[in-house]
Order: sequence, then C-alpha cells, then structure tokens
Amino acid sequence: MKTYQGIKYTREHEWARVEDGLVYVGISDFAQNALGDIVFVELPNPGKSLKAGEQASVVESVKAASDIYSPVSGTIVKVNEALEDTPELLNAEPYENWIVALEPENLSEMDALMDEQQYGDFCAKEA
Amino acid sequence: MADKINERQVNSIDNGRAELEDRRQIEQNNREQAMLIFEMSRDGRRAYSLPACDVPVKEGLIPDAFARRRDADLPQVSEVDVARHYTRLAGRNHGVDSSFYPLGSCTMKYNPKINEEIASLDGFTGVHPYQNEESAQGSLQVLYEMDRMLSEITGMKRVTLQPAAGAHGELTGLMIIGAYHRSRGDAARTKIVVPDSAHGTNPASAAFAGFEVVEVKSNPSGGVDIEDLKLAVGQDTAGLMLTNPNTLGLFDENIEEIARIVHDAGGLLYYDGANANAIMGICRPGDMGFDVVHLNLHKTFSTPHGGGGPGSGPVGVKEELVPFLPVPVVECENDRYWLDYDRPQTIGRVRSFYGNFGVVLKAYAYIRTMGPDGLKNVSELAVLNANYMMKRLEDSFDIPYKRICMHEFILSNKKQEHNGVRTLDIAKRLLDFGYHPPTVYFPLIVHEAMMIEPTETESKETLDSFVDALISIAREAENEPDRVRKAPYTTVVSRLDEVKAARNPVLKWGD
Repeated sequence: MKTYQGIKYTREHEWARVEDGLVYVGISDFAQNALGDIVFVELPNPGKSLKAGEQASVVESVKAASDIYSPVSGTIVKVNEALEDTPELLNAEPYENWIVALEPENLSEMDALMDEQQYGDFCAKEA
Repeated sequence: MADKINERQVNSIDNGRAELEDRRQIEQNNREQAMLIFEMSRDGRRAYSLPACDVPVKEGLIPDAFARRRDADLPQVSEVDVARHYTRLAGRNHGVDSSFYPLGSCTMKYNPKINEEIASLDGFTGVHPYQNEESAQGSLQVLYEMDRMLSEITGMKRVTLQPAAGAHGELTGLMIIGAYHRSRGDAARTKIVVPDSAHGTNPASAAFAGFEVVEVKSNPSGGVDIEDLKLAVGQDTAGLMLTNPNTLGLFDENIEEIARIVHDAGGLLYYDGANANAIMGICRPGDMGFDVVHLNLHKTFSTPHGGGGPGSGPVGVKEELVPFLPVPVVECENDRYWLDYDRPQTIGRVRSFYGNFGVVLKAYAYIRTMGPDGLKNVSELAVLNANYMMKRLEDSFDIPYKRICMHEFILSNKKQEHNGVRTLDIAKRLLDFGYHPPTVYFPLIVHEAMMIEPTETESKETLDSFVDALISIAREAENEPDRVRKAPYTTVVSRLDEVKAARNPVLKWGD
C-alpha cells in the first residue's frame, strides 16, 4: 500500500493536503483498492459549505457506493471535473487525483488527522 | 436435471480433444441463444399484412415539429421469429419456480399456487376501486382482517396496507415517527440512528423523509455496539432503525437494552421487517420494544418477488402512533366494513386507492393457508435449513460470525483468497451448476461476503446438492484456481466486463 509524506489521512480513508491555503481531498490507495474499479464520482457544487465529517462526494465502484467525508470544515471552491468522464483516475493515481478542494475555516483541524505512520498502522489493523 | 446437464457440459469442455465437437456445438448454441432480435432482421420480412387503406388519409394530424423524418429502425422479422425469440429469452429467466434461489437478505421464497387461485377469483378481479363500500364488502373485509392478522404477528395495534414496497413502508413509518414528535411539540428530533450493518434503504429512506442519519457501529459478535449507541442518541434522536435478526443473519440479543436506551432518550424504534421470515410465531417486534414495523409481503408472505414487483410493504404501529397512519383506514362495526378518512392527525395518503390489493390478497391467502402453527413452522424450518447448510460448509469456507444463525448466514472467501479466488469467482462458478448465486458483497462490513438464505421450502436433497456444489468449488479453488477464476462456462455469455459496462454502457442498437 502506498502512502505519502505531508499528506494527512482520516479514519474513513480520505486524504487531505494543503496547497496555497486550500485543502485538497481525495481517497487513499487503501480505499481505492478496497472499493475496486471506480465507475462514477458524484461531485458537489462549488460554494457548498461543509463541516468536518459531512458528506462531500460519493464514489461508486462495481461493488458499492461510498460516501466521501470532508476531513475539515470549509467551503468547496473547486471540484475535479476530470473525474466525471474518467473516474478510473482514482484507481490509477489516488494521490495525484483530488476530488474536491476546500477553503478551510480553520486549518488547525488538519492536526487532528493521522499522519503517514499512524495511517499505515491504522490500515494494518483494518486489513 | 439441469444441474446434471451442466455438469456434463463442463466435463466435456475440460476433457480435451475428443469432446471438441461438443464444445463447438455448445458455443454455437450459445451464440444463437444470445442473438439480438435486431440481428435477425432481414429487409422486407414482416409479421403482418394489412389491406390497403380504404379511407382518405388526413394530412397534418401530427404537428410538423413532432413528425418523424425517417422510418424507425425496427427489426424486420416474421411472427414466428418474434415468438421464438421471446420464448427463448423467457426460458432463460431464473426464478423460484425453476431452481434454488438462495439470495440472502431477500427471502426469495416459493410462491404457492393457491395464492394465485384465490387472487384470480371473479369477485376480486372484477372489483373496481371506485365502487362504493357497500358493494365491495368482501374486499374491505380482506384488508381489515389482514390488518388484524399482521398486527397479531408483529405485536402492533394497527397496520396500514398502503405502502407499495419495503422502502415505501420505511418512508411511511418514518413520516409517522416525524409526525408523532411534532404533535408533541418535539420538533428538534431530527436524527435517525442506523447501524452500519443496515440495509442501504434505511439511511436512504431516513434522508428522504428529511432526517439526518447517524451511524452506529457493530460489536465483534455482530450486534449493535451498545456504548456507541449510547453516544449516538440524545435530545435530537427521532428514532432508531433496526433489522432483527440483522443483516448478518444474527439475532441481536441486546434488543431490550437497545430499546431502553433509545426510549430513554425520547426516540422511537423502527423495525425493518426484511428478516421477519426468521421470527414468525416465535417472537414479535412489538414485544421487543419496537414502535413501528414494516413487513415485506413479497418476502415473508410468499407473494412474487423480483422483476420489479409489484411488492407490498405494510406498516404496523403501536397504539400511540395509530392517529398518524395514512388514510384511509379500514374499520369494522357490526360486520360492516367502511373506509375512515376522518383522521385529523394522519400523515395523509401515501398511495392511490388501497395499496397493491392483489398482492395483499395473495399474502392473505398464504397466512390463512398456513395458520398460526404453519407460520411458526415456516420460521423454524427456515432457521434449521440455514444452520444445517452453515454447519456443512464450515470446513470448506470461512464463517466470519461463528454462532447459531437465524434464517441466513454469511461466508467469506478467506480460505480461497490466497489462490486469488474472489467471492465473485465463486458466485460465477455456481452458475455452471445451475444455481442462482447467493447475495455477494453484502453486508458491506464483511470483506468479500457471500450471504446464503435457503428459505423453508427446500428439501434436504436440494440443500445438500447446493452445499456439494459449493464444496466442490472450494476444492477447485485449491487445486485449479484458474478454473474458478474464469467461470462460468455453460452460460449463454461468459464473464462479463462489469467495469466496462458501468463506465461505457451501450444502451441502444445501432447508431
């Protein structure tokens, strides 16, 4: 399983990364592997405000549809429209392909998430 | 019989050159079987001949904007082509009338033919929903008695028969729960608690009814995690939706404590009746502490299921919720039946007329045929059959929750996984033995789950031959895993590319 430094992870297998003041959110390699081939990504409308833990998107694979929760509170400013036609990007390069980008309310919420080491241990227990 | 033919086909496929001709024949048959009616089309071939039109043709009847510019691209085939094509397709249906159908969580039980006989009696088929009450007393009596019988079975005060399916019943029940809280000035109860093992319809129905969904975890033995539940409930809890036995096929033994926790917080308990086939005549949701129940007549009460229905999802409620039931409610006084619309607190109508009356009628016939002892026997046999199969499979397959199950049980592929054999492969291989595979990849909380529900009507011989098929697949997975991974071999189409079908669906013929 691949993980990356500088990226934070949730217990629901989302990842979050800060760039130019925005929080980019995607799903982890563990998540894409568990879901199997992803066939559809439901993207929210930019401008939507979310609290940490609220549903930001839905990712559908041949096995199941899974809610994607926002790791931090904030307002969605961008969605990755490439996923509309090529949802399989999430399988191929889960860390290169974000789903939504949020303007965070409070960046310190990132501190509550797991780092690479903690997430690796967490997944080892789940598997 | 079908199983034997399939087995022979499989063997003949694998036995090398001598059988090559057979194999070609099978493949050719399959190709013909899979032919689309468009591929049978030949220019000028037709299934009718009409005389020339002998009245003047009136032009301009269809506004120009809606008139077709070129002929529709319909297949040109003869009547016998059409008859054979659709008869062939119909023959490829799989149903409980053709073979074993162990689809866990779905209760695909046999539909006794007497139900159909009763439902096709003239007095019922000729009745019209706009008839006055006096002339439809017999039909109203069926509805009233069904309410009484289902109330008795579930431990509820009254039952509405209007909801047209299980999920519709869920929506109705949740609307009743919402109306109850609002009537008490308790409008801040906006959350419905749902366990992580629940059917997907539960959170969907709760969201559709305007509630927020809060998930609670399962404990290691498969029941609701009590500590997690205590944290989840509060002054904003409208209710808890629970399936018991749950979707793991396990009876939640803490149900009384669960009910107490939810009631103490001011919430109500909703019983998802998907698994009622395990409990009839043995225990009742009302006695467990539930306030609202839905049943699926198309599961537990033997009316046809699958193929889109029609279904029926009656909802039962305890006394304090009766005022909120949808209208009309069938009442009876001095042997006269009538429809009560004068119910100020009702949530209103949830369905036109009186629900899927024909379905209710078939379920009524079933309950009256079985009687109380018969229904109890149904549940006892459903549970016994499931446990018998689970026991026979325990050496060949991983059983994630090793305790006595109810009417269904779960296997996983853990013993086959090291050879790269997935649950999907096992399910596909079962097709070669002539069986409909069990439910797979549900419940979501079990990795690579297979969920088997035999129902009560199956003989020991049927259970044994299905178990034998699974055991031989487990053996194959060990010795020749590739054979399982590439199954099926005897079906009209082999392994389909589900990913491609989902990503790039082709939904029409031609351009």
